[in-house]
Amino acid sequence: MSDPTSATSEAVAEAGGGATLGKPRGLMGDAWRELRVRPLFWISIAIITLVLLIAIFPGLFAHADPNLGMLSRSRKPPSGEAWFGYDQQGYDVYARAIYGTRASLLVGLLATIGVVILGSVLGILSGFYGGWLDAVLSRVSDIFVGIPFVLGAIVILTSLNTAGQGGAVRIISLVVLSIAALSWPVAMRIMRSAAITAKQQDYVKAARALGASPTRIIVRHMLPNCLAPVLVYSTIALGAFIGAEATLSYLGVGLRNPVVSWGVMINDAKDYIRVAPHALLFPSAFLTVTVLAFVMLGDAVREALDPKLR
Amino acid sequence: MGRYVLRRLLQMIPVFLGTTFLIYALVWAVPGDPFAGKCGERECPEQYVQAMRAQFNMDDPLLVQYGKYILNLLQGDFGKTFSGTEVADRIAATFPVTVRLAIVALIIEAIIGISAGIVSGLRNRGFLDSLVLVSTLFLISIPVFVTGSVVQLVFGIQLGWISPTIKGTGFTDLIVPGFVLASLSMAYVARLTRASISESRRADYVRTAFAKGLPQSRVVGVHMLRNSLIPVITFLGTDLGAFMGGAIVTEGIFNVPGIGGLIYKSIQTKEGVMVTGLVTLLVLVYLLMTLLVDMLYAVLDPRIRYE
Repeated sequence: MSDPTSATSEAVAEAGGGATLGKPRGLMGDAWRELRVRPLFWISIAIITLVLLIAIFPGLFAHADPNLGMLSRSRKPPSGEAWFGYDQQGYDVYARAIYGTRASLLVGLLATIGVVILGSVLGILSGFYGGWLDAVLSRVSDIFVGIPFVLGAIVILTSLNTAGQGGAVRIISLVVLSIAALSWPVAMRIMRSAAITAKQQDYVKAARALGASPTRIIVRHMLPNCLAPVLVYSTIALGAFIGAEATLSYLGVGLRNPVVSWGVMINDAKDYIRVAPHALLFPSAFLTVTVLAFVMLGDAVREALDPKLR
Repeated sequence: MGRYVLRRLLQMIPVFLGTTFLIYALVWAVPGDPFAGKCGERECPEQYVQAMRAQFNMDDPLLVQYGKYILNLLQGDFGKTFSGTEVADRIAATFPVTVRLAIVALIIEAIIGISAGIVSGLRNRGFLDSLVLVSTLFLISIPVFVTGSVVQLVFGIQLGWISPTIKGTGFTDLIVPGFVLASLSMAYVARLTRASISESRRADYVRTAFAKGLPQSRVVGVHMLRNSLIPVITFLGTDLGAFMGGAIVTEGIFNVPGIGGLIYKSIQTKEGVMVTGLVTLLVLVYLLMTLLVDMLYAVLDPRIRYE
């Protein structure tokens, strides 16, 4: 690798390693040097940036109205006017795929944040304190792991949806909640095993001997050292949750009108697959490429963070 | 070994009770009238509703209801639906289909996943290795319902090679749905096998085996596989349970009359007894599979001993 330049040290400091010239780099600094030279990393970053831009400024990418249905143009194939054609209701598939990005991404992002926060807090507490707290939390997580994901989500969503129709916020938050409620044990287990390993390390013993309080040990010493595996998991999970939202919407229990998402579009199109396959294939392609980008990013980050794989 | 199994079985009891209670509470304790629309275009008669509420213990506190349900279940009584069908009969009709589907998927997953993993693990960083890595990336990223719809559209409708929906429920009829169901896990198995093979390739015992002059097929087939397949077997074992619970989408696309469709319909029509019964069954399968996998460890790797 090239010798460290000022640009590198800036980048390293940005990546959280906080290393300057001459000092040994931290784990994050090492990982960043490893990542910089991987084409796969840059490809996934490029796709994710594009998808984020689409989600934030959909108006820049599509000028047609995603909610304008005209039955006169129902199921028209792709043309110069509408690149992806029209679906059963005469919606512009391209515009809907662009405007649907926000909801799909939002669900994935919020569910990941929920899972990581809930799982990490419970995992680090359970790993640090051990004893009955660990026993209880581990059994509770066993209970949630035992429920098959799709089934559990259908039961939760069908039960809670009956209370009323609700607006976009309510529809989205229910899907986020059900994904988070069924997935947090994975993050908890990852965090817990990292915390158990970290707890026996010398730096934790030293901090304890110096009289640091448990809160300080957890927040200042253990958390930074346990975060890496959870971060890797969360990148891959983000992709998986976007797929999970689509699956639930496909089954008709996830997002629904007035919210537009890729899953909603696929659900609308699945019954007309014989006559209008384009209405199903284009949102599926958006979905697949986005999930692929996050999975690739997670892969690259994991390889960079795991010294054994180098 | 016996004591270990006993301890594990005891540990399963709270998990089993917790999971079933969670589902039971979700299905029964939510707002909404299960008798709405049950009697056609008019309100259900008061006597009918009262009789039904009594029959399903719906006026008891939730914990008592659940207790009564579990006690019946332990005696092998799954209960009846609102219309009087035995839940056990419906399960007996649909469960074998899903089990067959899961087994077909498992076999496909194991054959393709393990062979792809071995091939790519043995040729580190070659063309085949990159091919396997890229295709697993894609398989992981494509949701099952997209794979299913595309397979149905391209091979079933446009090319006409397969029937778009299945014709029977025998093992051979279920190959296409099984393939779709297995597609995601296949990629994970391939990656797991690859990692495990390329790790054991550098192990001392492999070098010794080669040094003794054993042919490559024997070194790979006997020495390496036996050691590196242990994590794969774990994955496959827990996957069988996951397949059954996750088959809803695949069953829907290919019109397979399994428990997935039954559960989905029962949830929509608020047939609480049916939902709890089926989920209970799935949880049991999952728990038993994890136990079985842990015990297989000791068989595959004699170094592992259970206290």
